[in-house]
Amino acid sequence: MSTIQAARPRGARLSRASGLGLGVAMLWFSLLVLIPLTAVVVTASEGGWGHFWDAVTNEQTAAAIRLTVGTAFGVTLVNVVMGTLIAWVLVRDRFFGKRLLEILIDIPFALPTIVAGLVLLSLYGPESPLGVDIHNTRVAVFLAFLFVTLPFVVRTVQPVLAELDHEVEEAAASLGASRFTTFRRIILPSLTPAIAAGAALSFARAVSEYGSLVLLSGNLPMRTEVTSVRILSSIENDNTDSAAAVAAVLLAISFAVIVVLDIIQRRVTRRG
Amino acid sequence: MVKRLIVIAYLFLLVAWPLFLVGQNTFEGGLDNLRGIVEDPDVVHALRLSLMVAVIAVVINTVFGVGVSLLLVRYEFPGKRLLSALLDVPLSVSPVVVGLSLVLVYGGRDGWFGPALEGAGFQVVFATPGIVMATAFVALPLVIREVVPVLEEVGDEQEQAARSLGANAAQTFWRITLPAIKWGVTYGVVLSLARSLGEFGAVKVVSGNVLGETRTATLVVEEKYLNFDKGGAYAAAFLLALVAVAAIVVVSVLRPRDQS
Repeated sequence: MSTIQAARPRGARLSRASGLGLGVAMLWFSLLVLIPLTAVVVTASEGGWGHFWDAVTNEQTAAAIRLTVGTAFGVTLVNVVMGTLIAWVLVRDRFFGKRLLEILIDIPFALPTIVAGLVLLSLYGPESPLGVDIHNTRVAVFLAFLFVTLPFVVRTVQPVLAELDHEVEEAAASLGASRFTTFRRIILPSLTPAIAAGAALSFARAVSEYGSLVLLSGNLPMRTEVTSVRILSSIENDNTDSAAAVAAVLLAISFAVIVVLDIIQRRVTRRG
Repeated sequence: MVKRLIVIAYLFLLVAWPLFLVGQNTFEGGLDNLRGIVEDPDVVHALRLSLMVAVIAVVINTVFGVGVSLLLVRYEFPGKRLLSALLDVPLSVSPVVVGLSLVLVYGGRDGWFGPALEGAGFQVVFATPGIVMATAFVALPLVIREVVPVLEEVGDEQEQAARSLGANAAQTFWRITLPAIKWGVTYGVVLSLARSLGEFGAVKVVSGNVLGETRTATLVVEEKYLNFDKGGAYAAAFLLALVAVAAIVVVSVLRPRDQS
């Protein structure tokens, strides 16, 4: 077995059939994803740099981008702490109802975003049984982002935490390290790449969020309007050029996140 | 113990309680809200459209996803790393940007290919093909992300054995590869189906949201709520949430049994 792998350490070369398959797949992927996304960038750059800059620095658009990026950053920080804590409890604790928590964490991933908005509205909206009404405020944007990004850090940290070797922790403890020191010096360094990957995913998701805000945040210009909503109103006003310009900014952010993720992944594989 | 309580309280306040309230609001007047939904022909049309679009998008993404996963894991070709990175792009692109990008290329008025396609009698944007494309776009990586790790784990010894015993490529795929990855494919299909049924932003941009024609179930939720029919909005949201929760429960019940 090992000799076969040594002889063919990597995958096979393409045969005629698999080459054809790759061609068809690439054609579809280009028609569906690559060409349309290129069209966004091309349309954004058609009017020249000045036009692009005007569209992006328009007072209302700049406010939307600031709100989106700032809130996404704050939400990601909360997710880093809460996501790691949730993963910790799910891996290290055993208790009745754990399966239910596992399901709750994945629900935001599968729930339609418009439904997510309505779900949050029912507890934190005007008819809240708690008496808190955050709809049409910036808190609503924060809460919506928090809801839709819930699974990312948990699901990237959980498998790494489950694989961690208990013996190293026990050794540290037996050598007199406190629980906090063990966590900081032993556990946290091994979790960092997973936390970073989860944080990047959660940031990207938050920045691009649209559906959950429609009913929740009121989309008030300069106050609760996020970038995606801004793009949509440009589309609806038939102003595709500025829509494409702002969309290009979002694409640049997604692209940066993908590059960061790739770097993290490469570092992890190199470490083994 | 404190940690556990914090986690339970956080998830209760963020997910469980709000979700429960949607159910409660739906059944507030008994079954009236749900009945109002299923007896409204436009809503029934929207639900049917959503289901049809989701099924087509899932079939496309499953065939594409399994094929691409096999190529990525079993073959070596130039640009493989780039392709594998690009395949994740749809997960982090805003749905509104997805919709915009499709309109820019397939829009009937001044898209890159749109006018030519419409000249040939094939309308994409503001019609069902556009909705299918938007849905396929956003759910594209889900099958691949489930199948690739499974393919890597099972290895290719059995496939090679089958081939050396004289099986052709199709026989090897149907008899050896597919049974080995069937759970990965199943999770991918279930997650894609949930995601496809629930797509909102991208569909809103490309569909034109025409009542009784291109309005999907998620667009109904928005329209009902904005028209002060909260009961109807909650009922439609309840149906969609039911599908999403069922999908997650199915995957979570199947997965551990498969691993043991």
